Amino acid sequence: MGRYSVFSLMKNALSYHENWQAAWHSPKPKKHYDVIIIGGGGHGLATAYYLAKEHGITNVAVVEKGYLGGGNTARNTTIIRSNYLWDEASQLYELSMKLWEGLSQELNFNVMFSQRGVLNLGHSLQDMRDIARRVNANRLNGIDGEVLGVAEIQKIVPLLNCSPTSRYPVLGASWQPRGGTARHDAVAWGYARAAAAMGVDLIQQCEVSGIRTSAGKVVGVETSQGFIGAPKVGCVVAGNSGVVAAMAGMRLPIESRPLQAMVSEPLKPCLDTVVMSNAVHGYISQSDKGDLVIGAGVDQYNGYGQRGSFHVIEHTMQAICELFPAFSRVRMNRQWGGIVDTCPDACPIVSKTSVQGLFFNCGWGTGGFKATPGSGYVFADTVAHDRPHPLAEAFTIDRFTSGALIDEHGAAGVAH
Amino acid sequence: MSLENTQKNRLAIGGRIDRSRALSFTFNGKRYSGFLGDTLASALLANGVDVVGRSFKYSRPRGIMTAGAEEPNAIVQLGHGAATIPNLRATQVALYDGLEARSVNGWPNVNFDLTRIFSLFGRLMPPGFYYKTFMGPKKLWMFYEHFIRKGAGLGRAPTVRDPDIYDRINQHCDVLVVGAGPAGLAAALAAARTGARVIIADEQEEFGGSLLASDVNIDGKAAAHWLAVTLAELAKFETVTMLPRSTVFGYYDHNFLTIAERCSDHIALTNDKAARQRIHRVRAREVVLACGAIERPLVFAACDVPGVMLAGAVSTYINRYAVTPGKGLILFTNNDRAYETALHWHASGRQVVAVVDSRHNPQGDLVQKAAAKGVKVLTGHAVIEVLGGKRVKGAMVAPLSADGSKLTGQAKALQCDTIASSGGWNPVVHLSSHTGAKPIWDEEIIGFRPGKSTQAERSVGAAAGTYDTASCLAEGDASGVQAAINCGHSAVATSYNVTGETAAGPAQALFLLPHGKPTSRAPYQFVDYQLDVTAAGIELAAREGYTSVEHVKRYTAMGFGTDQGKLGNINGMAILARKLNQTIAETGTTIFRPSYTPTTFGTIAGRDVGELFDSARFTAVQHWHEQAGAKFEDVGQWKRPWYFPKTGEDMDDAVGRECLAVRNHVGILDASTLGKIDIQGPDAAEFLNRVYTNAYLKLAPGKCRYGVMLGEDGMIFDDGVTACLGENHYLMFTTTGGAAGVLNWLEIWHQTEWPELKVYFTSVTDHWTTATVTGPNARKVIAKVCSDIDLDGDAFKFMDWRDGTVSGVKARVFRISFTGELSYEVNVPAHYGRHVWEKLIEAGAEFGITPYGTETMHVLRAEKGFIIVGQDTDGSVTPYDMNMAWVVSSKKSFSFLGKRSLDRSDCTRTMRKQLVGLKTMDPLDVLPEGAQIVNERNAPIPAAMQGHVTSSYYSACLERSIALAVVKGGLDRLGEQVFCPLADGRVIAAEIVSSVFYDPSGARQNV
Repeated sequence: MGRYSVFSLMKNALSYHENWQAAWHSPKPKKHYDVIIIGGGGHGLATAYYLAKEHGITNVAVVEKGYLGGGNTARNTTIIRSNYLWDEASQLYELSMKLWEGLSQELNFNVMFSQRGVLNLGHSLQDMRDIARRVNANRLNGIDGEVLGVAEIQKIVPLLNCSPTSRYPVLGASWQPRGGTARHDAVAWGYARAAAAMGVDLIQQCEVSGIRTSAGKVVGVETSQGFIGAPKVGCVVAGNSGVVAAMAGMRLPIESRPLQAMVSEPLKPCLDTVVMSNAVHGYISQSDKGDLVIGAGVDQYNGYGQRGSFHVIEHTMQAICELFPAFSRVRMNRQWGGIVDTCPDACPIVSKTSVQGLFFNCGWGTGGFKATPGSGYVFADTVAHDRPHPLAEAFTIDRFTSGALIDEHGAAGVAH
Repeated sequence: MSLENTQKNRLAIGGRIDRSRALSFTFNGKRYSGFLGDTLASALLANGVDVVGRSFKYSRPRGIMTAGAEEPNAIVQLGHGAATIPNLRATQVALYDGLEARSVNGWPNVNFDLTRIFSLFGRLMPPGFYYKTFMGPKKLWMFYEHFIRKGAGLGRAPTVRDPDIYDRINQHCDVLVVGAGPAGLAAALAAARTGARVIIADEQEEFGGSLLASDVNIDGKAAAHWLAVTLAELAKFETVTMLPRSTVFGYYDHNFLTIAERCSDHIALTNDKAARQRIHRVRAREVVLACGAIERPLVFAACDVPGVMLAGAVSTYINRYAVTPGKGLILFTNNDRAYETALHWHASGRQVVAVVDSRHNPQGDLVQKAAAKGVKVLTGHAVIEVLGGKRVKGAMVAPLSADGSKLTGQAKALQCDTIASSGGWNPVVHLSSHTGAKPIWDEEIIGFRPGKSTQAERSVGAAAGTYDTASCLAEGDASGVQAAINCGHSAVATSYNVTGETAAGPAQALFLLPHGKPTSRAPYQFVDYQLDVTAAGIELAAREGYTSVEHVKRYTAMGFGTDQGKLGNINGMAILARKLNQTIAETGTTIFRPSYTPTTFGTIAGRDVGELFDSARFTAVQHWHEQAGAKFEDVGQWKRPWYFPKTGEDMDDAVGRECLAVRNHVGILDASTLGKIDIQGPDAAEFLNRVYTNAYLKLAPGKCRYGVMLGEDGMIFDDGVTACLGENHYLMFTTTGGAAGVLNWLEIWHQTEWPELKVYFTSVTDHWTTATVTGPNARKVIAKVCSDIDLDGDAFKFMDWRDGTVSGVKARVFRISFTGELSYEVNVPAHYGRHVWEKLIEAGAEFGITPYGTETMHVLRAEKGFIIVGQDTDGSVTPYDMNMAWVVSSKKSFSFLGKRSLDRSDCTRTMRKQLVGLKTMDPLDVLPEGAQIVNERNAPIPAAMQGHVTSSYYSACLERSIALAVVKGGLDRLGEQVFCPLADGRVIAAEIVSSVFYDPSGARQNV
């Protein structure tokens, strides 16, 4: 794999960019692999990358029914932060944050990780209690965070409506300066390229239709390109987790629902940070291209159609116009939906299963993008060693039996 | 200066503009004139303005390319200040007097743009170059990003509140017709004549579509005449709603479509009289998609130079606006239909330099017609490169192989100032795609047709690939008839006689033209103009492995502009298909998403902004509170009095005074916001028994009981008192914020799990005003206004309730207490609430009655160790964690919700967080709520957190601070010292104590 750099760019410019190598190839599947990862989104590709890089397991196939990074990786609002409430969750997201901080260099692919800071607004006294509690916990966990007052918030976000007479006035916010955004597609592509360079087979247009087991052990997967054997199979299929689990005769405590997002037409820079409000219920940032990127709430019905209902869009726009009255004349260019896999406690499942060799990494719900590197890292470790990574121990599927839930609804950002 | 002089391209006659209504406008600060009926684009073309914008990446000068929604270049900012609107397409902006527009890019201006210098490095900026660079040193990305952001973006967002308002309307109809061209009008007419309720919407300023610039005759009259007659007939039906300037921008499940109507944008920037725009939310039984087609340009080198336009757009400007946007035209086409443009140009009296036709032997009638007019036709030729910078100066024309893949001879230069380009037409499949229908490639029409319908809709006319007026009318009529029949109406078909239409011969499937150099080395061959995506860029993406059409879109940004790829995407897909050696059908399209054209945020938000963002709820006593100077707190949707400061008091002073008044005399609280659910039915008690942790079967009339509800996970979900009002009749109180959630919870369980139980729930929260009179003097106050209840402590005990009359109003009086003092909660119908409240205040005057708010309520209950669900609980605590084992009945016959979960291993383990009290070592130190608790003063990071402070106050009564907290194993750690490290660096030490600080025996509430 040729390294990317400004020099390689200049060199290739001289030959009119006719000699760039493919970032990855699209091989036919082999008969057998050491590990098969189902799902070629960010989490699946990251898992494959860390399997190869951290554990030397390179005889790996990622099978993807569509195109790489085409699911929620391509549909999210690209927010990255690690200011979760509970120790278990915040440590997992903080691992991710640390990986983000060196990811472009590690992958030699600029994922445009922009640490422009994330504000979570509080609009009631209880919001502010929760914010103080979370920020205190973050600081004691070694995660950056501050509680900001209204004047400080206004300085960071001049266009934010901080009027004390608004319907739900801004009373304060938590501020994580290391939080920010990244270029979502680039994350999938960067992991794909780096994984492929280490020998991982990326097999697109390959839909899994069955999981073959024998004597309680997984032996491979049935796909639209035939049977592919492997003693270990990791499922990283987000909204389709329940569907794939059913192939192995399992039920997961997961509900799949549409989550919508939208962008405005491109504007000159007018919002330099990420602003999230749980109570008024909107979140917004501005992409490097200039689009305002806006997230909506989860549709209240379960389904697999990657589109949602208009009233959710309406409500989100009301929230955005309430928070940013100046954006009322800006126009929505495009809206779309993805299918999010939500757990009852708004935390993921990174776990072995009752079928030996079959692993699940799912339940990231509305906030999986930020976790991509950490999720891949701990899942690869879990698959490689057939036991949970220490940071994933709290996220096994057993917690729904034991009751050791990690309720992150407050910090998850989207009302479930 | 006369109008003729400024509008050098305006024809002396013709067009649909109103020449009696001259309008003045400015563009980039310069004043121009136009006519009513112009768009900003037609007026700019009339005035000979060539450069209207600059491209995104290379800052190339760009001119008006189209006449509609697909315009990529003419992006303008309208107006200034609060009302400014960014990123409008000049082709869709109706001209009005005083309109003020400017380009969104170009510095210092669009004609002389210094940022053009970056294009010298264009070759260093292929698609995705930013993924390959700017990676080091690690910290510098934020620096690079700053400049990348500055260079990106189009217009500017306003910086102050939108002065306009927006509306929303719900509509139902039998047939919604999208598009008012010949097919749509015929469909609407056919359906309307059956009596069906019809809505017909069209994005343009006036109805008519292609008929507005058509040469054909319908039923022996000019198309314009048929149009006028048809519109007049439609207007007569009461059952027909006609919506011009209305974009159907989204198609959702169950035939739900959204229409954005621009009510006043054609008149002025803002509307000071009514809504500026309005959303119609339409539920249609049947939908006819007659939204037309968009012309596809051919892709050749430098095809973005101002003066290169879509052929159909050139015709539109000539026929509809009487503007011929140049002097000498080259028409470059692969099809017959575009020849009409050459004929229109010729008829306008200006020179047609040549028609360059890629086909070797075109035979269609239009070709003959052009030749007969003396137009030079170069068959088997192609325009391969445009000459000129800020305006076309000529074209390099070369002979082309029959399959269009290579050049067969030397190119020669032809002079011209306008190139009309036509590569065929793309049906507008967007709305059909929104439903999930996958567009299908059709070799016949060389375009994507709408996919298989998933809803009650059909596409007709150009939207279905039918381009001649006769067939459009016929299809439209048939679809209107069918849609009306599907709605239960009876309909008759109409046939139209169309004359003067020229049949079109076969077109050639041709997208990217060869150049003397390979694609990678040729001058830019633009595909997506706005984002500077070139044919070479698409081929590069494919070379680098980005072979899915979605990858190409995302890697090159093709289709991400404000036109959403309407102009260029199909060309891009064709170029990708060729590069990958596959068919266009195999390559497929990207997914089309709403909005069809961009929709104003404010329009989508409608009226629900500002104070209407979420309805505020007030109790019946609100005005009294305001007059008493209360400060308010938001609790859910409610505005609740927070505290009642007297002159000179801050919150601490006021709360201290209010607390002492309650403990020593008597206080009064407006508790009307507590949720109240009236529960009736023979199984009401059984139902309560199942949803509460404690027993309800034996609760007798006249008695109240405090209960806790758990979620299925065993965690506390809500709490409150339920009173037995009579046989099979109960009143449940919930928390203020939890009321709606609790009612939902009850209904969910009743409707889905226990439908056999006969029980009914009604929210009565707003029906009652609740005045809590509490304190040692409470009985004396009540006695003054109530004579028909025996208030004696033995007759009316704690946790009893009584019917009675309070100051003349029928009331329910509850002896329940959230302060730990003798308390009476007086409930009266809300209409009498203010009256009774005032009578209680009057009666209490001699006892020092003091109104208090939520803050004092919080302090008083914390002194007693009473929890507030949502503050001291967070969805992760059981009743046992809250030291409330007494509220959990283990003897009930039927399991209660959450019971099973309480037995799970994690719920029964030791060291769960438990509710305790904290006393700071310094009694004046008030712990901040949300402070985390650790075991050591200087705990290293990461620190092992033991829990957190949930409630914390200064207690005036106890003359010290008190706090409630959840602490790991806390109930076994009373007397231990713990520490709260704060963000400001302070560490506050505190002792773990009982959570009950005041009157632990409960004597005071029991008197």
